Amino acid sequence: MSEPLLKVRGLKIGATVYPPGEKPHDIDIVHGVDFDVQKGKVLGLIGESGAGKSTIGLASMAYGRGGVKITGGEVWVNGRDIMQSGIGDIRKLRGGEVTYVSQSAAASFNPAKKIIDQVVEAAVEQKKFSRKEAEDRARVLFDKLGLPDPDNIGDRFPHQVSGGQLQRCMTALALCPEPDLVVFDEPTTALDVTTQIDVLMAIKEAIRETGVAALYITHDLAVVAQVSDDIMVLRHGNMVEYGPVDQIINNPHEEYTQALVSVRSIEHEEKAPSGDPVLSVRNITARYKGTQFDVLHNVNVDLYPGQTLAVVGESGSGKSTLARVITGLLPPREGEIEFAGRTLSPDLAGRSREDLRELQMIYQMADVAMNPRQTVGTIIGRPLEFYFDMKGEEKRKRIIELLDEIELGEEFIDRYPAELSGGQKQRVCIARSLAAKPKMIICDEVTSALDPLVADGILKLLLELQKIEDVAFLFITHDLATVRAISDSIAVMYQGKVQRYGGKNQVLSPPFDDYTDLLLSSVPEMRLGWLEEVIANRKMESAGN
Amino acid sequence: MPLIIKLLAQRIALGLLLLFLVSGLIFAGTIILPGDVAQSILGQSATPEALANLRAELGVNEPALQRYFSWLGGLLQGDLGTALTSGRDIGESIAQRLSNTLFLAFWSAIVAVPLAIFLGLLAVRFINRWPDKLVSAVTLTSISIPEFLIGYVLMFYFGVKLGWFYPTATAFIHDGPLLDKLEAIALPAATLTLVVLAHMMRMTRAAILNVMQSAYIETAELKGLNGFQVIFRHAFPNAVAPIVNVVMLNLAYLVVGVVVVEVVFVYPGMGQYLVDSVAKRDVPVVQACGIIFAAVYIGMNMIADIVSILSNPRLRHPK
Amino acid sequence: MRIPLAAAIGLFFTTLYFLAAIFAPFIAPYHYAEVVSSGFWDPPSSEFLLGTDGIGRDLLSRMIYGGRTTIFVATAATILSFTTGSVLGFLAAVAGGWVDQLLSRAVDLLMSIPSLIFALVVLSVMPVTLPVLILLMGLLDSTRVFRLSRAVAVDIEVMDYVEAARLRGEKTAWIIFREILPNALSPLVAEMGLRFIFMVLFVSTLSFLGLGIQPPQADWGGIVKENAEGIVYGIPAALMPAYAIATLAISVNLVADWILNRTTSLKGGRG
Repeated sequence: MSEPLLKVRGLKIGATVYPPGEKPHDIDIVHGVDFDVQKGKVLGLIGESGAGKSTIGLASMAYGRGGVKITGGEVWVNGRDIMQSGIGDIRKLRGGEVTYVSQSAAASFNPAKKIIDQVVEAAVEQKKFSRKEAEDRARVLFDKLGLPDPDNIGDRFPHQVSGGQLQRCMTALALCPEPDLVVFDEPTTALDVTTQIDVLMAIKEAIRETGVAALYITHDLAVVAQVSDDIMVLRHGNMVEYGPVDQIINNPHEEYTQALVSVRSIEHEEKAPSGDPVLSVRNITARYKGTQFDVLHNVNVDLYPGQTLAVVGESGSGKSTLARVITGLLPPREGEIEFAGRTLSPDLAGRSREDLRELQMIYQMADVAMNPRQTVGTIIGRPLEFYFDMKGEEKRKRIIELLDEIELGEEFIDRYPAELSGGQKQRVCIARSLAAKPKMIICDEVTSALDPLVADGILKLLLELQKIEDVAFLFITHDLATVRAISDSIAVMYQGKVQRYGGKNQVLSPPFDDYTDLLLSSVPEMRLGWLEEVIANRKMESAGN
Repeated sequence: MPLIIKLLAQRIALGLLLLFLVSGLIFAGTIILPGDVAQSILGQSATPEALANLRAELGVNEPALQRYFSWLGGLLQGDLGTALTSGRDIGESIAQRLSNTLFLAFWSAIVAVPLAIFLGLLAVRFINRWPDKLVSAVTLTSISIPEFLIGYVLMFYFGVKLGWFYPTATAFIHDGPLLDKLEAIALPAATLTLVVLAHMMRMTRAAILNVMQSAYIETAELKGLNGFQVIFRHAFPNAVAPIVNVVMLNLAYLVVGVVVVEVVFVYPGMGQYLVDSVAKRDVPVVQACGIIFAAVYIGMNMIADIVSILSNPRLRHPK
Repeated sequence: MRIPLAAAIGLFFTTLYFLAAIFAPFIAPYHYAEVVSSGFWDPPSSEFLLGTDGIGRDLLSRMIYGGRTTIFVATAATILSFTTGSVLGFLAAVAGGWVDQLLSRAVDLLMSIPSLIFALVVLSVMPVTLPVLILLMGLLDSTRVFRLSRAVAVDIEVMDYVEAARLRGEKTAWIIFREILPNALSPLVAEMGLRFIFMVLFVSTLSFLGLGIQPPQADWGGIVKENAEGIVYGIPAALMPAYAIATLAISVNLVADWILNRTTSLKGGRG
C-alpha cells in the first residue's frame, strides 16, 4: 500500500479550561488515536457529543479551537509530519492541501463580504489559481453543487441565500483550491431532512468527481454510512472500533458500535383507537400577535386515550405552534380544542385547574425547563402539592415512587438540575408531568437535544410509562425514526397545514402525496447504497416528469 | 423606501425628539421643582420689592408653558438669554468657553482613542495572560477613583513634586500659540484621557473579542491566511462598527468628565462656567449649559447608533 | 465555603470602613469641626496622625467623620435607587404592555442626559440638603437598576420553567418570588455593590464641586475641596480621600465580582 495521504499516530489532544470562579486547569480530550486516510478515500469519524471527533478533524490541519492544543503524537500529511512544521508550512497546508467545511455555514461566512470573494480567497492566496481562474472554478463548482444561478450567486452576501445553499457554498469554498483532503465537520446536521439529502448528494457527487479525500465527521451513523469508505467509532476521546464501512454497519464487533447501529430499532405496533378521543383539535387557524399571516391553517386531528399521535414536520411547519394553541399559550383565530369531552377555553387564563392538571407538557431542552435553583424533590413535588395538596411524608413517598418509575433512585431527591446528565434531566421532567396524573402529555421534541443512545432510552421509558399510566402523548418531532418508534397515528405537517393524517401504517404506506414522499425518502437509512438508490430514483422521477 | 434609510431616519428623528423632551425636562427641572427661584437667588434676607422685580425679570408670573416656548424659540435662533448675575449675553460668554472645552476634549480624545484601541487589542492578543490581566486591574482601579482625584494626584506628582507640567491650566490663553496652549492643558488632558481610557479599553476588548471568536475568523485561519490578513480582511470590517460605537459612547462620557476636570485645573471652559452658575443659582446660564451638554451627549449616542446601522451588511444589502 | 484571597481582602476592608462609619464618634480622636491646632496643614505627628487641614482641624478625625457622611449618604441613595429601580424593573418585565412601554421610555429619556448634568440643573434651584441629595442621586441612578432588573427578569421570563409554572396554573406572586427572583438575585446583588461605589463617587464629586454636603459637615469630596489649595504648595492633604475612596471602591468591587462569579460557577448547585 502506498504512503497514506493522512497518517495519524498516537494523537493526544488536551485543552486548558477556565471555569468561572475556579483556577484554570488542563483536561485531556483525545487519548491517543491512530488512523490513515488514503488518497481519494473517505474516512467517517463518528461518535456522540464529547467524543472528540471535531477536535481530531481540526488536528489534521494542526488547528486547535479555543484553548485546545495537540499534546502528543504525529500527524503526517503528504509525507510530512505537520506537528514538526513551521507556521509558514502550516499556512500552506491550511486552505491549500487540507480544507474545512463547518457545521454552520451561516456563522462561518464573513457577513460583511460577498460569497465569491470568500470562496476564491484560499485558492488565490495559496497561489493555486489566479483570481480569474479561481472565479471560473467556483462557478463550475456552484453548478455542480446544484446551486441556482451559479454565475451570479457568488455576488450575493451570505445572508441573502438560504441555509442549505450556504452550506453548499461552503463546500465550494473547501473544494475551490483543489485540496487533497477536505474535513467535513457535521456539514448537514443543522439542516432540515429534505435539505440535508440535497447537500449530502451534492457532497457525495463532488467527492466522487474531484477524487478528493475526506474526513467526514458526524454523530449520525446512517449519514456517514452513505459517504464513507472506512469508519472510525469514537467515544470519550478513545477509538472504539475502526474498519471498512461494510464491516462496521453490517458486522460491528464492539458492543458500543452494535448499540449505535441498532439504535432506533424500537418495535412498536400500532394500537387501534378505542373510545372517544381525549383530544380533538377542530378547524384550528392561528397566527402570532402582530403578524399578517396564519401559521396554522384549519388543522384537525384527534388523539385517543393511551395512544400516541406524532406530529411531524420540518422547521416552519407549524408543529410547535400547534402545541402552543393546545396549551392555551396562543389563542387561535378560529376553531376549538375539545379535551376529555369538554371544550377548552382558548386562552390559558380561562382554563380550570383540572384542565391544566390533565394536560401536561415536556420540553425539548430539559436544561431550561427546570428552575436551576430548585431541587429534583421540589421540581417533582410542586405539582403534587399544587394539584393534590400533598405534604410531608406522603409527598416524599410519592416523589420516590415517581423517581422509581423514571429509573432514578431516592438519592436524586436532593440534587439540583446542574448535577444531572442530559438524559437524567429529561427523566425528571417526565416525572414532573406524570406527578399531575395527566390524561395527556405534549412532548415537544423531547429527544432531539440528546445523543441517540440516550434518546432511545427516553423513548423506551415513555412507551413503558404509557402502558402503566394509560396516558396519551402528543409527540412533536422532526425525526421520522422517532415517529416510527413511538406513534400510533401520525399527522404530517407542511407549511401550517396537515398534509397527511391517519394511523401509523396507513400514513407510512404508499401511495404518498408529494411532500410525504419527499420527506420519507429523505430520511437516511442505516444501510449501504441507500443514498445511491435515492439519487437514482429521483433522477428517474424527474426524467419521467 | 429601503429599510436602512427608514431606520436612519427613525434614529435621527428619535435623537431630535429626545433633545426636545430633554429641553423640556431641563426647563421643567428649574421651574416645577419646589423652591422659589427668586428667593433662592436673592437669599432669605431679600426685600419683597427686590423679589418682585426679579420675578418679573425672570418672567415667573407668566404661564410656564408660554415661558418654555419663548425660551425654546430663543434657543432655536441661537439666543440663549441673559445671565442673571452679570447681565451679559449668555451666547457670547459661552462661545469662547465652548471652544476651549472642545479644544481640551479634542486633544484628550486624540490621545485616548488610539491608546485605548491599541491596549484593547493588546489585551485580546494576550488574553488571559499578564497584559490582559494588567488591563483588567487598571480598569478596576480607575473606575473606582473619581475624576477629580485622578486630577489632583497628577497635579501633585507631575505638576508640583516633579514640576514637569503646569500644575493648573491658568497659563491657558485662548488666542495663544498652539504649543503654549497644549503645554497648558497637558495635565487636564492627561486626566481626561485616564478617565475614559479604562472604559474604552475594556469595551474595545470585548468588541474585538466578540469578533475574533466568530466562526468566520476560524474559517479565515483555516484558509491559511496570516494573522495580518485575518485581522484586516475579516476581523476589521466587522469590528469597525462596534469600536466606533465604543469610541462614541466614551466621547459622550468624556464630555461629562470635562465638567469636573475643568474645575480641578481652573480651566476656562463650559464646565467651570456651569458649576459657577449653579453655585450662584444663575438659572438661565445653567439651562443653556445643560442643554448644550445634553445635545452633545445625545448627538454622540446618535452617531454611535447611526454607525451601527450603516455598517450592518444585512441592512446595507437587503435580500 | 472557601473565600478567595481577593474577595477576603475586599470583604475585610469593606467591613472595616462600615464599622468605622458606624462608630466614628468613638474612634475619631477629635471632633470633626474642632480647630485643634493654631497652624495649618501641620505635617503628620503623633498628636495628629495625618496632620491637620487648612484651618487647623485634625485631618484623621475629619476623614473618619467624612467617611461616615459619605458612606451614609451613598448607602441611603443606593437603597432608594435599588428599591425603586428593581420593583419597577420587575413590574415592567412581568406586566409588559403599556406599563413596560411607559416606564421604559421614561427611563430612556432620563438616561439621555448625563446624571451629573441633570443633577447640576436641579441643584441650581433646589436647596442643597441631605434629603434632596439622597433623593436626587437615588432617583437618577434607579434608571440603571431599572434597566438591569428588567433585562434580567425578561431573560428569565422566557425560560421554559417559567412557562411550565404558568401552564401549571401558578399565580403571579409564585412566578415572581419562586421562579424569577431566586435566579435574578446574584446579578442584582453584584450590581448593588457597583451602584454603591457609583454613589460614593457621585456624592464625592458633588461635594467637591461645592454642591453636595455643605461645610462644616465633613465628607470625603469636601475634604478634597477644602485642601485642594494645598496641592500647589506640595501639601498632599487633599489626596487622603483619594486613597480612602479608592480602597473602599476596589474592596466593594472585589466582593461584587466574587458574588457574581461564585453564583455563576454554582450553576444552581449547593454552595
